[in-house]
Amino acid sequence: MKRIIAKQEHCMGCGLCEVGCAVQHSKSKDPIKAYNHEYPKPISRIRLELNKPVSFAIQCRHCENAPCVVACLTGAMTRDEETGFVKHNPEKCMGCWTCIMVCPYGAIKADVSGKIVAKCDACTELSVPVCVASCPNGALECKEVTS
Amino acid sequence: MSKYVIIGGCAAGISAVEAIREVDQVGTITVISEEPCPQYSRPMISDFVGGKAYLEKMKTRDDKFWTKQSVEALTGQRAVKLDTVKKFVTLENGTKVTYEKLLIATGGKPFVPKIDGLDKDGVFTFTSLSDAERLVSKIEAMQLKKAVVVGAGLIGISLTEALVKRGLQVTLVELQDKILSLILDPVASDLVANTIRSLGVEIITGQSVKNVLGKPETPNVVGGVLLTNGCQVLCDCVIFAIGVIPRTELVVGTDIKTNRGIIVDNYMQTTVPDVYASGDVAEVYDFVLNQNRLLPLWPLAVLEGKVAGYNMAGKKTEYSGGTNMSSLKYFGIPIVSIGLTNPKDVSSLEVLSAQSAEENVYKKLVLKDNVIVGMIFVNDIEKAGIFFYLMKNKINVQNFKHVLLSKTFSLATLPEAIRKEMKISE
Repeated sequence: MKRIIAKQEHCMGCGLCEVGCAVQHSKSKDPIKAYNHEYPKPISRIRLELNKPVSFAIQCRHCENAPCVVACLTGAMTRDEETGFVKHNPEKCMGCWTCIMVCPYGAIKADVSGKIVAKCDACTELSVPVCVASCPNGALECKEVTS
Repeated sequence: MSKYVIIGGCAAGISAVEAIREVDQVGTITVISEEPCPQYSRPMISDFVGGKAYLEKMKTRDDKFWTKQSVEALTGQRAVKLDTVKKFVTLENGTKVTYEKLLIATGGKPFVPKIDGLDKDGVFTFTSLSDAERLVSKIEAMQLKKAVVVGAGLIGISLTEALVKRGLQVTLVELQDKILSLILDPVASDLVANTIRSLGVEIITGQSVKNVLGKPETPNVVGGVLLTNGCQVLCDCVIFAIGVIPRTELVVGTDIKTNRGIIVDNYMQTTVPDVYASGDVAEVYDFVLNQNRLLPLWPLAVLEGKVAGYNMAGKKTEYSGGTNMSSLKYFGIPIVSIGLTNPKDVSSLEVLSAQSAEENVYKKLVLKDNVIVGMIFVNDIEKAGIFFYLMKNKINVQNFKHVLLSKTFSLATLPEAIRKEMKISE
């Protein structure tokens, strides 16, 4: 199963992972259009954590015993049996914020509407997640891990 | 004859089924559930009333759940008697269902005070989808305009929001001095109360309903309520949303010990071997108070059901405990509240708080011996889960407590040893 791994030593704190993620999850998928013309502005599902000199990016870890899946009040948060990723179904989400309450990484947030949550979807439609591709210094890596 | 029998098909029951099937794919499972469609999200019934949810959206599992899990589902059926010696459950229709392992996940029933006028047309409780459906059809059929909601806890507040969305004039009656008093402290409670009032809801605290009054022309139909202070509030319907009490009727006369709820150990087993209990009916472990108590909360019921299921199927699993924990979305104010949020005696505790008036943000942490035992986050909740992690794992925060509520707090602020433990980066 594939996971996105952060490498703290390589992270320069540039925040391009956040830009890449927000654009990928925008309507236009174009940075200029997304940031200048889309309202509300698209949000990143990855967050750069900064406490200089420490920096690293954090997003949904797709935890093995994911607390958000157990806690979800509606069945919107589930485990994809094929990929092993934790999936969020916006159609079922009621925006109760229970998953936010129990996520140890603070990796779930309200989406642009403020009515449901958004989190890393691992860019399953791309060959490489956009945050990994956006990182200029190899501080994010998508690789096979054993649970 | 079924290897596993589960009474109750809601949060704990469903979760137990999944846990059992993880361990045992062939053992027969029978679920006895009173509701015809059990696998829906009860916390969503307010959204149903508010017009934001419908049955299809509310289903927490798909319609083939029972079949996929090879469960014999006795829906629309009620268990009325339990024999723990001969190990069988009797249904209302007389059928006997024998078991090897039993889970009692019967949940709670709405608490309604014993007062006059409860038989009038327009009195409701609010815990199930059928309650919500009854309320909605009444509002629509009679074009109800004015409601009294009794109880300003989680259910009462969520229902108030839904009724306001439907355009009803709502009066909220709460016995305590503050709304959401089991969840919030006075500061956070006032913040919510001010918002609710600004939307035209009348909040009456320190009062309860003495009796339900009829309309002058039709005394059998709700026309108002009489409060304990003698004041009358006119309304077309009154909804009791005070809370739930455990449905322990089934264990009366058995050796299963109860207090306010069914007593269980940390493996969710009752005082009788092979009989387990989970969810709102059980008294479960609170890791903050270090004692067992009623904690009728959906996410905890799921967790407890899972622990029960594993143990029933032979995979020994200990429950690590929960606590009073809620997240709120109502009236556009996101809130996370966990543990000891409003302690009466703070002599052995330390309270950290931060407030920003312009952003309407309020954060509070309650510490005991440098371990977080309570927290309230209002309007800025994204990182609340990090604090819950510190709390649940009883992590000593002495060396970094000065930055906990700073605006720049992040996972990068945590000491390296904790980050390593959390496997945040390589």
